[in-house]
Amino acid sequence: MTTTLALIAALLFGAGTYLILQHTLSRILIGLALLSHGANVLLLGSGRRGTPPLIGSGEPDGFSDPLAQAYALTAIVITFGVSSLLLALAYRSWVLTGRDEVEDDVSDRAIARGGHADKEVTDEEAWHYVERVAADDAIVDDAANAVVGDDDSDGDGGDRQDTGAAGRA
Amino acid sequence: MSALLPLPVVLPLLGAALSILAGRSRSAQRAIGIAILTAVTVISVVLLVAVDRDGALATQAGGWPAPLGITLVADRLTTIMLTVSSVMLLAVLVYAIGQPGAERNHVGFQSVYLILAAGVAASFLAGDLFNLFVAFEMMLTASYVLLTLGGGREQVRSGMTYVVISLLASALFIASLALIYTATGTVNMADLATKVADLPPGLRSAFAVLLVVVFGIKAALFPLFFWLPDSYPTAPSAVTAVFAGLLTKVGVYAILRTQTLFFDDGSRPATLLLVMAGATMVVGILGAIAHDDVDRILSFNIVSHIGYMVMGLGLFTAAGTAGGIVYMVHHIVAMTSLFLAGGLIEHIGGSSSLTRLGGMVRTAPTVAVLFLVPALGLAGVPPLSGFVPKLALVDAGLVDDQHLIVAVSLVVSLLTLYSMVKIWSAVFWNPASEQPEYETHTVGRLGGPPLMVLPAVGLVVASLAIAAGAGPLFDLAERAAGDLLEPAGYIEAVLG
Repeated sequence: MTTTLALIAALLFGAGTYLILQHTLSRILIGLALLSHGANVLLLGSGRRGTPPLIGSGEPDGFSDPLAQAYALTAIVITFGVSSLLLALAYRSWVLTGRDEVEDDVSDRAIARGGHADKEVTDEEAWHYVERVAADDAIVDDAANAVVGDDDSDGDGGDRQDTGAAGRA
Repeated sequence: MSALLPLPVVLPLLGAALSILAGRSRSAQRAIGIAILTAVTVISVVLLVAVDRDGALATQAGGWPAPLGITLVADRLTTIMLTVSSVMLLAVLVYAIGQPGAERNHVGFQSVYLILAAGVAASFLAGDLFNLFVAFEMMLTASYVLLTLGGGREQVRSGMTYVVISLLASALFIASLALIYTATGTVNMADLATKVADLPPGLRSAFAVLLVVVFGIKAALFPLFFWLPDSYPTAPSAVTAVFAGLLTKVGVYAILRTQTLFFDDGSRPATLLLVMAGATMVVGILGAIAHDDVDRILSFNIVSHIGYMVMGLGLFTAAGTAGGIVYMVHHIVAMTSLFLAGGLIEHIGGSSSLTRLGGMVRTAPTVAVLFLVPALGLAGVPPLSGFVPKLALVDAGLVDDQHLIVAVSLVVSLLTLYSMVKIWSAVFWNPASEQPEYETHTVGRLGGPPLMVLPAVGLVVASLAIAAGAGPLFDLAERAAGDLLEPAGYIEAVLG
């Protein structure tokens, strides 16, 4: 039993870690959910196993550990709350930018390009640069949207933007 | 006296509820917020005095006995942190009321801010690891909301990174909790302190490193710091000031608490902590030097100076830990007042970019002073507040023969001075080379909006008080460090 739980936790952690390393926000969200599930399964597996811990239902020595279950419940509730907030944020990000992906930190990118030493690159200028790039991509995306259509945008959307990101990089 | 222990958590939560009920009247909300935080400050001071006199206090919320119930514990370190954080939360709340922006436009600001205060207090008071997790989540969820309150593009972008990385840290925290519970059968910290010693040494070291990683993400230690300079500067400056002053320190506090309480000399990752501390200092300050924006330079300075506190801990001597504690107190006050000054600079100068600001030593002399004092204090220029803890850390490092980390810390101090002088000369001394992007404001008689200037003045005075009272403060920190390294009193207070 414990081995099964450990294996399930390992599987969830592995899949979650893979998804979290993607460039698409929706995949990262699913990855985080899987990671939290993995942690919760681990928490469940940390207690003693046995019969349901109800007073009067049997010998207390044979009870499963209720504390671990209480911890897991609390953790599930907290993760649920934060995940909904994260979903709302992701939706807001999609409304604002029209893309489902993690954006780079512009100020860091400006410094990485070496624009700092000779000429001061302000955030605003950097944004203009990003908006130019975004405008170029939007043309490509619109064309793709016209072909793909709404129905399977879930399946293909991620891949399309992945190639977009790769093309830019 | 231990009946007072739950109040720093319960009062702000109550205040948050009242604040929602009073949503129609902004002035009622403000009165509630200020009254609650003032009360928490008074309670914290009372607790500090009581704990310093009589030793650690503990209470079991809900009535379950110690290893099972919800334990709240206050020892010297807890009450020092509670006092400093509540003073700072109060000052920033007044500042937020005076600042046009976040607080005025959002009916939820006051209640979310109070929940953040409750979460911070709960993290300091938590007597078991699971409550520490819950307290962290309370604090972090409030911080997610505060960070993204405007819902602007930049805020959502950086908020995403922040939430994702925090959630990842939380999942790791749960996983480590599960492993620790499996191995020991308890999550009560005092109980753990006695039970971890029975584990095999390899397992002990693994737990120690796991906890360093979990709390290192929250404390922004190298190499887990990258989310901080990206996310902090996008929030309104009052919110950034709270985050800068408090949130990372809560992570450092958790590292301090868990490493000293659970693990003995053999399994403490002292070298790892020292290496991380040195790398944090260097990388943080290099980032500060590379950037050209007031908020970003200050944010990288937060990262850099977290290294000093961890260096104090990594030495695992009473003198080093005491130095780290005093550094933490100084850093909360200095960093917060720097961000408050940064907010004033932005308000008056209409920009946070170094190229768009200039000549403010003439146009806003009050702000210049309010910036200069904590800036020099941060760099450790004597006789300001950063000097004594830095001296203590260097001294402790030399006694312990850790010459490399001492050298690194001294060089980073110089570079801190450089990054502060860079802001000073661009913002206050030289003329601006470009036009500001936002509206500028005239300074008025007080040198800025009164409710923004007064808290900043208050915190600068507090940092001067830290410098003036460094002797007694250091003695207190030494007693606190003694408690940490010899946790018998703490364990006895909880388990009886």
